[in-house]
Amino acid sequence: MSELEELEKTISAEIAAAVDEQQIEAVRIAALGKKGSVSEKLKTLGAMSAEERQVMGPAINGLKARITEALTARRTELRDAAIDARLEREKVDVTLPVRRPPAERGRIHPISQVIDEITAIFADMGFAIAEGPDIETDYYNFTALNFPEGHPAREMHDTFFFPPDEKGERKLLRTHTSPVQIHTMEKQEPPIRIVIPGKTYRQDSDATHSPMFHQLEGLVIDKTANVANMKWVLQEFCKAFFEVPHLNMRFRPSFFPFTEPSLEVDIQCDRSQPGEVRFGEGNDWMEILGCGMVHPNVLRACGLDPDEYQGFAWGMGIDRIATLKYGMPDLRDYFDADVRWLEHYGFRPLDLPTLFGGLSA
Amino acid sequence: MKFTLSWLKEHLETDATLDQIVEKLTMIGLEVEDVDDKAALKPFVIARVLTAEQHPDADRLRVLSVDTGDGKPVQVVCGAPNAQAGLIGAFAAPGTYVPGIDVTLSVGKIRGVESHGMMCSERELEISDEHNGIIDLPKDAPVGTSFATWAKLDDPVIEIGLTPNRPDCTSVFGIARDLAAAGLGTLKNAAIPAVAGKGACPVDVIIEAPDLCPGFGLRLVRGVKNGPSPKWMQQRLKAIGLRPINALVDITNYVTFDRGRPLHVFDAAKVKGDLTIRRARDGETVLALDEREYRLTPEICVIADGNGVESIAGIMGGEHSGCDENTTDVLVESALWDPMNVARTGRDLGIITDARYRFERGVDPEMMVPGLELATQLVLDLCGGEPSELRVVGYQGYEPRGISFPVAEVKRLTGLEVSGAESRGILERLGFAAKGEGDVLEVSIPSWRPDVDGKADLVEEVMRIHGVNEIAPAPLPSHGAVNGQILTTLQNRTRSARRALAVRGMMEAVTWSFIDEKQAKLFGGGDPMLKLSNPIAASMSDMRPSLLPGLIAAGQRNAARGFADVALFEVSGIYENDRYEGQRRVAGGIRRGTAKMEGAGRHWRGNSPAVDVFDAKADALAALEAAGAPADKLQVVAGGPEWYHPGRSGTVRLGPKIVLATFGEIHPRTLEALDADGPVCGFEVFIDAIPEPKAKATRTKPRLDLSPFQLVRRDFAFVVNKGVEAVSIERAAAAADKKLITAVRVFDIFEGASLGEDKKSVAIEVAIQPRDKTLTDEELEALAGRVVENVGKQTGGVLRG
Repeated sequence: MSELEELEKTISAEIAAAVDEQQIEAVRIAALGKKGSVSEKLKTLGAMSAEERQVMGPAINGLKARITEALTARRTELRDAAIDARLEREKVDVTLPVRRPPAERGRIHPISQVIDEITAIFADMGFAIAEGPDIETDYYNFTALNFPEGHPAREMHDTFFFPPDEKGERKLLRTHTSPVQIHTMEKQEPPIRIVIPGKTYRQDSDATHSPMFHQLEGLVIDKTANVANMKWVLQEFCKAFFEVPHLNMRFRPSFFPFTEPSLEVDIQCDRSQPGEVRFGEGNDWMEILGCGMVHPNVLRACGLDPDEYQGFAWGMGIDRIATLKYGMPDLRDYFDADVRWLEHYGFRPLDLPTLFGGLSA
Repeated sequence: MKFTLSWLKEHLETDATLDQIVEKLTMIGLEVEDVDDKAALKPFVIARVLTAEQHPDADRLRVLSVDTGDGKPVQVVCGAPNAQAGLIGAFAAPGTYVPGIDVTLSVGKIRGVESHGMMCSERELEISDEHNGIIDLPKDAPVGTSFATWAKLDDPVIEIGLTPNRPDCTSVFGIARDLAAAGLGTLKNAAIPAVAGKGACPVDVIIEAPDLCPGFGLRLVRGVKNGPSPKWMQQRLKAIGLRPINALVDITNYVTFDRGRPLHVFDAAKVKGDLTIRRARDGETVLALDEREYRLTPEICVIADGNGVESIAGIMGGEHSGCDENTTDVLVESALWDPMNVARTGRDLGIITDARYRFERGVDPEMMVPGLELATQLVLDLCGGEPSELRVVGYQGYEPRGISFPVAEVKRLTGLEVSGAESRGILERLGFAAKGEGDVLEVSIPSWRPDVDGKADLVEEVMRIHGVNEIAPAPLPSHGAVNGQILTTLQNRTRSARRALAVRGMMEAVTWSFIDEKQAKLFGGGDPMLKLSNPIAASMSDMRPSLLPGLIAAGQRNAARGFADVALFEVSGIYENDRYEGQRRVAGGIRRGTAKMEGAGRHWRGNSPAVDVFDAKADALAALEAAGAPADKLQVVAGGPEWYHPGRSGTVRLGPKIVLATFGEIHPRTLEALDADGPVCGFEVFIDAIPEPKAKATRTKPRLDLSPFQLVRRDFAFVVNKGVEAVSIERAAAAADKKLITAVRVFDIFEGASLGEDKKSVAIEVAIQPRDKTLTDEELEALAGRVVENVGKQTGGVLRG
C-alpha cells in the first residue's frame, strides 16, 4: 500500500470515528489545515520533477478532494443527528390544553344580535335606524299617538310613572317605541323610512311578559305607502329574518289608537316539537306583530296633512321574535346575565350578521 | 266576550259551520281566542237502569244492569244512593274520559264484580257541583241518544278578544250584525216592541250631574214573582261563565250580553223616595253587590235615594236595594253614563264588571229605551207583574254624525280595488246610512259606532269586511340607489364598543334599567324624580345611575351558582335626570375573580391572578378606541368616583372637561353594601361624550413617511420618589427631543431597600428615529443626556447607578 493510500485510510477512519462537529473540525485541520497531513503532501509537489509531478499531482489532489467530500458528508450526517437528538429532547405532550381565545369566549347578547340582524334587513330596504329616550312625557307616549285622555287603551299599557313635577305632570317609562315616530315626524320631512329598536316598559311580569322588554317599531311616511306595501315589507322582513324561503302570514283587522286601519299579523308555524318552532308549515298561527296605516290624528299632531301624506307603522317584540327564531324558553332569562345562558344562547363576537353572508350563517 | 253558537243563531240566520264562523270572526277583526265545542260531553249517552241489585261484598254499592240503547244491557257497579231500577241517567262507556274525576274509564272489577262503564253525576260531567247522586232524567229522555244534545249542553262556546274600540260587539246581536255584513248569513233585525204600561212610574228621577248621565230610563213592574230563571237562560249564562242568581238579576245579565245593554234592577220596596243622579259626597260609602264596601269621592257618579247611595253608576249596584226572591215590585233601570268617568271610577275602585266593560267603551244611546222594553218584556214573561209607563229623563236623542267619504280612499290607503257600490253595500250592511252614487258618499254613523269618526275608519270597515286577504302585497318603491351610511355615529360607536368588549372575552348582559334605591344611591343616584311611583318590586324602584351595580349583582349571582370568574359587560342607557339628554349611552363592564382577558382560573402553564385596576383600564381603553375616541389625546388621571378603590382607580379625560371613562377596582365598602365579594374591577365608558369626528374631505390616508435610517432603542432606569407617576417620566423623556424620540415605554418597576425608603426605580425604553442621517455616538450621548436632565428636572428622578 502506498504512502498516500495509507494516509487516506487513516484519515477516513478518523472521519468515521468523529462523533461531533468539533472532532470533525479537528480531523479537517489535521488533514487539510496549513500544516495538515494532506497539505504537507501537496507542498512536496513543488520539489518534484515534472514527470513525478504528473503522477503525484492528480493523486494528491484526488486524495484532497475525496477527504473534503467525506468531511462534508460526515459533517451533514452529524448535524442531522444533532438536530434529531434535539427534536427528541424537545418533544412535548401536544394534547395539553391551550387557553381559548377571548374572541371565542366572549358573547354578544341575543337581543343585540337580533337588532343587528334586523338592521341588516331594513338597511337593505332603505330604512334608517332611529332611537329615542326611555323616559318620556305623556304627550309623546300617548296624546300625540291618539290615545285620548282616560281612554281604556291607555290602561291596557300598564304604564310605569315617575312622581309629578311642580306643574303636576308625570313623566313615564315609554310603553312602546312609538314616541320615536312622533319625534321623527316632527324633525324630518317625508319621505321617512325608519325602524326604531329600543327598550320599552310595562308593569307586567311572567314567563312571557317582562317589565322591561324590547320593541322594534317601523314607520314609512310618503305620499303613496299603503297596506299593500306594508304587507310586502313585513312579509319580506319575516322571510329574511327567519331565514326561510316561504312563510304564511295572516293579516287580520285589529285596533291600535295610532293606526287606522289597524291589523295584527300571525305567522303559520309548527310547534309540535317541544322547544322548536318551524315556519312555513304546521297548524298554529302565532301572533308576531301589530301594524296599520298611521292615524290621521297622529299625522296632524306632527304637522302633516293626512290628505297629502300617508304611511304605515308597525311594532313587534324583539325579545319575542328572538325567542321564536332561537328558542329561548323563558323571557325572564334574557335579563338574568347567567353566563351559562349567555354562553349557550349568545353569539360569537365576530359573527356579524350580514345579508351577503347570511344573517346567522 | 263569550257567547254560544245557538245564542248567535238567535240573531243570525245562517247555514255556516262552526269552523266557518270562527274563521270569519277572526278575519273581520273579532279575534277568536277560544272555542269550546263541547266535544268532551259527546260520548255520554242517555241510559236506563233496568235492575239494581245489592253488591254481594259492599253495603254501599249496587250492581246495575243498564240499557244504553243498543239492546245489550251492560253491568255497571254504582255507589250512588239514587241508583235504582227505572232511573234514566247519563252513561259513560269504557274508554270515555270523565272530566270531573279526570279519569279515562276502563273495564274494571269493583270488589270482585266487573263494571263496564259508569253512571255519572253532574259534577263528574262538570256541569254543576251536584254530587249527591247520579243524574236523574225525566222519563221521556230518549235512551241511546246523546245526553249533551238532549240536555242542550252541546252548544259550542266561542270567546273573542274584543279590541277596546268595538262597544257594538259587546253584544251577541252586534257580533251577528258584523257576521251578516261579511256575508255569513242574514241578521234577524226585528224592532223590539214597546210594552204598554199602566200609569206613570211612581219613582221620579232627578239628574244633578247631566255631564255624567246623558239619559236615564226607569220603569216599575209591580207584583212580580222572582224565582229561578228558566233553564234555557241559565244554560246560556252558565255557558259564558255567569252564575244564575234569580230571574230578575239573570234578565239584566242576559240583556247585557244579548244587546250590550247593561241594566240594573232595584227592589222598589227598598228604595226610599225618588232617585237622584249625582256625584258622590266625599267619604260617602256604599256596600255593593260584591259585598264589599267602597269609599266614594266626588269624582264618582252615583244613584242615590232617601237612604243614601244605592248604586255606583255604570259599574255596580248596591246590596241594600238589590232584588231577591222576596222582591215583588221591581224598578228596572236603563241609563247612559259618561264612558271616561266609568273607566276612571272602575280603575280607582278596582272593580271590573260586565257593565263597566260596556259603559267605558260606550253603550249605544239608542238602545237605552229598547233595552228597557226588552227587559220589561222578559220580566213579564218570566216573573209576571204589571208594568208602569216608562220614565225617560235627560235623553236628548242621537244626532248622527256625518262623514264625506271619497270611495277612492280605500284604494289610496289599502291598495284594494273596491267599487263604490260595494263600499256602500258594506257600510249599509253594517248599519251606516250612505247617500250618493258618485265618487263621494255622504255617510252617517250609526249610534252604536262611537269609534268611527273619519275617512280612515270607514276604509277600515270596508277593508275588514271585503277581506284583508284580498290585498296583494306590493313592493315598496325602491329608492333607486345604493345605500349610503345608514347608521349614525352614535349607533356605529355603540356597535363597535360592544363587539370590541366581546372580543376581549367578556359576555354581554342586558340588566334591568331600574334598580334598588340603596344601590342607586351607592352609585350617585337616588334622585326622587327618577324613582318609579309604581315599581314592580321594591328592588326595582330607581332608574339606574350606572351600569355597574346591575353588573356587580349579576356577577355575584353567577358566583353563587359556582361561576366566580366572570367578565360581563353591557352597552346601554343610564339616567342622570328625567330629561331626554339625561339618558346617557354607556359601555360598562366588570371582571370578577380571575377573569382576565387571557383566561381565568388555573392552568398548567400558570394560573390567572386576580383581576385588578389594569384589567379595567385596558377594557375601558379598548372600548374607547373601538368607539372612535382619539387614542393619542386621551389623558388618564388617578382617582375616580367614590365607588372605586381610591388608590386603584382612574379617569380617562379628553381635555380638562370631558370625562370619557372611569375605571378601577370596586371599593371594598361598596362591594359590602351590595352584598357582593371580590375581587371585582369595573369600568364605564361614556360613548356619547366622545366628540363627533371632523368631516373629512377625502378618505385618502396621509402619506406613510418611512425613515431609511434604523431605529435606535435606549434604556434608562430612574430612581424617583414612590409618588411620582410613570406617565410624568414618560412625558419628560419624550419632551427631551420631540422630533427624534418617537416612543417612550415603561418596561420595569422595581422597589427595594437598596433604593431607599419611599423610592422606586422606573425603567423606560426610549425609541429614537433618526430622520436625515444616522446619529453619531456623540449625538446619541447628547440626546441621552437631555433625557436624563429633563426627567430629573420634571420628576426629581436620578439615573440609577
